[in-house]
Amino acid sequence: MESSQIIILAIIATSLATFISRFMGALTSEKVSVKSKIFQWFNCVAYSTLAALLGRMIIFPAGVLAESDLIIRLFVVFICVVIFILSKKNLVIPTIFSAIMLSILSNFQY
Amino acid sequence: MVNQKVFFQGLKSLKGSKSPAIPLAACFVALGALLKDAGFNLQQSAASSLFTYALPGQLVMAESLLVGASLVNIFIAVWLVNFRLYPMTVSLFPLLEHKAQPKWKYYLSCHFLAVTSWLIAKDGYKKINKKHRIDFWIGIGIGTWTTAILMTVLGYLAADYLNKDMLIGLAIVNPVYFFCMMIGAMKNLSISIAVVGGTILGPLIYLVSTEWALLFAGLIAGTIAFLFGGQNGK
Repeated sequence: MESSQIIILAIIATSLATFISRFMGALTSEKVSVKSKIFQWFNCVAYSTLAALLGRMIIFPAGVLAESDLIIRLFVVFICVVIFILSKKNLVIPTIFSAIMLSILSNFQY
Repeated sequence: MVNQKVFFQGLKSLKGSKSPAIPLAACFVALGALLKDAGFNLQQSAASSLFTYALPGQLVMAESLLVGASLVNIFIAVWLVNFRLYPMTVSLFPLLEHKAQPKWKYYLSCHFLAVTSWLIAKDGYKKINKKHRIDFWIGIGIGTWTTAILMTVLGYLAADYLNKDMLIGLAIVNPVYFFCMMIGAMKNLSISIAVVGGTILGPLIYLVSTEWALLFAGLIAGTIAFLFGGQNGK
């Protein structure tokens, strides 16, 4: 198979694998009432799954981020959370700052 | 069809001090550059964000292609990493439900579900009249989705001008944004337990099983939070 065909098939496989979860979620939602306990449980599971993904992204990142030091990443996240809290929950400042800080720090790493 | 006022209210969440535009731009620019590196052409890169629109899954796809994984393996790996979208949808869509709204709106707009749009919707849905919440969601969704696609294209085109340090810098923006949003969402005990527990368990279980880590960490930490957090989760 040509590589461009493989890429197109991979895009289709990825999109289907992703849409299944969304669509199943939409179908399940029709039967779930906001006041039910099952909704509360789903809410907790959603937040913790997201948090797990985040923890993994920072401790065991995929892609280029893996080339920066763990201690530097943790430091940057910590400083940005402090900025977020001090800036009365402004998200623009800490996000811009995080990119600049990590670019500079990972440059010094070598 | 779609209530325009509420739709634009959703769309406008791209602006302001809680804007998701910067983190979205950062991570999808980085993705565009990565896809070019993985041998994608411009159309394929744009199509990937158009049809998948879920960054962790797209990263898994690109990395799997680079190591020559089979299509079945790619499908399973992506399904596992993106399965989080299922509990996320179920914990959002009932809040947007209204009898007067047609079902197709829900079936189509579930495609917009991603971490960013979910966090914004969870943060803002209470301000919107129940009847029009789905239109608010469609506004958020169209805004974040188009940003992601355009930025993938931009990243692809700018790939040659981005050096490694810049790409590393771009890659941290999204986790930082999510982390801040999650801390902002920790308004009651059950969500706080869920967030702290998930953050600790995610990487820990990853040491044992890379593929199942998210699913198990989410189920375990989420159930603990549900049982011990009391009935105040929203």
